[in-house]
Amino acid sequence: MFDNLGSALLTGIAQGAMIALVALGYSMVYGILKLINFAHSEVFMMGAFVGLFALQALGGEGSPLLAGVFGTLAAMLFAGLLGTVVEKLAYAPLRARGKEASRIAPLVTALGMSVLLQNLAQLLFSARVQSYPQIIPIGETRIVIVVACFATMIGLWLLVHRTWFGKSMRALSMNVDAARLMGVRTGRVIGLTFMTGSSLAALGAVLYCLDQSPAYPTMGTVIGTRAFVAAVIGGIGSIPGAMLGGLLIGVLGELTKLTPYSKFQDVLVFAALIGVLLWRPSGLLGSTAVEKV
Amino acid sequence: MFGRRRFLEGTLGLGVAGAIGSAATACGDSKSSGPAGSGTGPWLVGAYLSLSGAQSQFGIDTKEGIELAVEELNKAGGVKSREIKVLYEDDKSKPDEANNKVLQLIDRDKVVALLGEIQSAISKAGAIVANRKKIPMITPSSTNPDVTKTGPYAFRVCFIDDFQGQMGAEFAVKALGKKKIGLLYASDDLYSSGLASEFKKAIGPLGGEIVLEKSFLKTESNFTTFLAEMKGKSPEVIYAPVYYNQMIPLARQAKAEGMPGEMFVGGDGWSDTSLFKELEGAYFTDHYAPDVPWEKSRKFVEAYKARFNRMPTSLAAMGYDAALVLADAIKRAKTDTPDGIRDAIAETKDFPGATGSITIDGERNAVKPAVIVQIKEGTTTYKSVVGPGADKLLEGGAAAPAPSAEPTASAAASASAEPAASASAVPAASASAAPAASASAAP
Repeated sequence: MFDNLGSALLTGIAQGAMIALVALGYSMVYGILKLINFAHSEVFMMGAFVGLFALQALGGEGSPLLAGVFGTLAAMLFAGLLGTVVEKLAYAPLRARGKEASRIAPLVTALGMSVLLQNLAQLLFSARVQSYPQIIPIGETRIVIVVACFATMIGLWLLVHRTWFGKSMRALSMNVDAARLMGVRTGRVIGLTFMTGSSLAALGAVLYCLDQSPAYPTMGTVIGTRAFVAAVIGGIGSIPGAMLGGLLIGVLGELTKLTPYSKFQDVLVFAALIGVLLWRPSGLLGSTAVEKV
Repeated sequence: MFGRRRFLEGTLGLGVAGAIGSAATACGDSKSSGPAGSGTGPWLVGAYLSLSGAQSQFGIDTKEGIELAVEELNKAGGVKSREIKVLYEDDKSKPDEANNKVLQLIDRDKVVALLGEIQSAISKAGAIVANRKKIPMITPSSTNPDVTKTGPYAFRVCFIDDFQGQMGAEFAVKALGKKKIGLLYASDDLYSSGLASEFKKAIGPLGGEIVLEKSFLKTESNFTTFLAEMKGKSPEVIYAPVYYNQMIPLARQAKAEGMPGEMFVGGDGWSDTSLFKELEGAYFTDHYAPDVPWEKSRKFVEAYKARFNRMPTSLAAMGYDAALVLADAIKRAKTDTPDGIRDAIAETKDFPGATGSITIDGERNAVKPAVIVQIKEGTTTYKSVVGPGADKLLEGGAAAPAPSAEPTASAAASASAEPAASASAVPAASASAAPAASASAAP
């Protein structure tokens, strides 16, 4: 029993770390724009596909190190660009219209973008499930995942707290207008935020697929919902919160697999999360104070 | 909105078809074909298949099987000394298109019987029309139980999905001699949970025991925790009736846990080459394999290769059998009307087809054995056959290697081991595979 518990915890942490990477994207965008970027899960999916093609082009199982590193970078680069394009196409024009556009409008374009990308993927790659080459054994993949995820999170923390870009991001999340008046180029910072979040999602996607293999056009919704909930649970807008939320969901999910109710995994996980929200409505690490009007 | 438009089109189509139909009858038998059962001219049989669109490869395979059967029958003098003529219609892989095409075949072309479809949703749409018009229909490879429940005119020559569960149990306990069994399945997938529940029902009476049962969602791809727990219970065999796309991560993670491929048994949802390289040694139930040892199949494979220059797929074999069962029924029919043929199809018993001996049961489903194949070196090879009539099949032609063997025949049989891959490359017979990624996939 306890053997299983240990292995389940480890698997859960690896799973959770990947979810956290995706959750960061939701959280960062929400923190700045108060927008739930529904297209984020689709950027995740696109990242998985581009990663797959890059891995195959770079030799796949034949040259694991080269394919793994550069395949991942290619996916991150592509997803970063895609995220920025989505922002410029679907959100920036609405923001430019200012008060004309209600708060619900960007939400709807986000949903539309998500459907568009998903269908585009079906058109381009077909609905078939494509499996990743197995470039490293699964046991080691999980170590790579945990190391990569935590390294990235530390990197992100440094980016947000130690760089000028991070400082302007934080300024935007406090008050966009004030930041603009202070000379922060908001458009560029928002674009960079989308780019960062999307690259992280692509990293999560490639790691997820290296571990569990299948890439398919609707995969975004599976991980996307969990990641979104992870972001909310941790306190949306909070970066450490997204990490905590992701890990919590991952570990809880694996623990339910030890019970006879494994088919209700999502039900149990989400029920626990409703519980958390009832207890702390703004999430575990969410700021309770500063909702300025 | 679409619903209404379709409805309008449908009624319009019906009206037009009806008008043409009545006009045709008003003019009397001016056409050479004449209405069903007029006694002269060829037997007109309608075949509606996915000849274009997403499932077109399935449709083409099936069509080739039907063509081969009809050519053989006509060469031998036809049925009741009349030729068989099959009119093919392309339903573009869509149920509503099938609806129109079947109406056309019945009202305009006056077919006496229908052959069609691979995908269950399309077969069901066709079967509803066939029943309304009282024209018998045989589906070669639709495995969803609902297809034949549409009414007394719908038949099939394949077994239904769930039946594979029983066959898997029989194979694991009887052929492999394993008693301690683990069960893994996707609870929100009809195919997977259907097979699992039939397996569970069958395993007790056979003397087997389920040591651990774990279910998950069909989107799950992380099985490490399940496999670790499974290992603790040390089952001898794990039955995992999931689709190939879910089986790939499962197989990889099992390998990492040190569980060999030989431990796994599954259903025809595994039938995809992308899985084969991950799961060396595993077994699964299927409708057909080109290297099965009985005579009828050997002849079929040989003729098919001569005619089409490639190995037949399961779908081709089932199309072939569907046409043969229909021809056999026309021969036995007491009257040459669609109703007479319907009754004769219902009485089909122990018909020797390429895919095994076929008996039609009270539910209009085929009772026939299932083929077990083993994954070997990236392809599948025939392992054994289980289920109703299996023993007789093997006595029939298999015992001695190629009894009536010209050299070509045995060459075909032995050669079939390698190119079997090409046959299985088309995902799963019975259209039950290809779950694609979406929920719409329920075959």
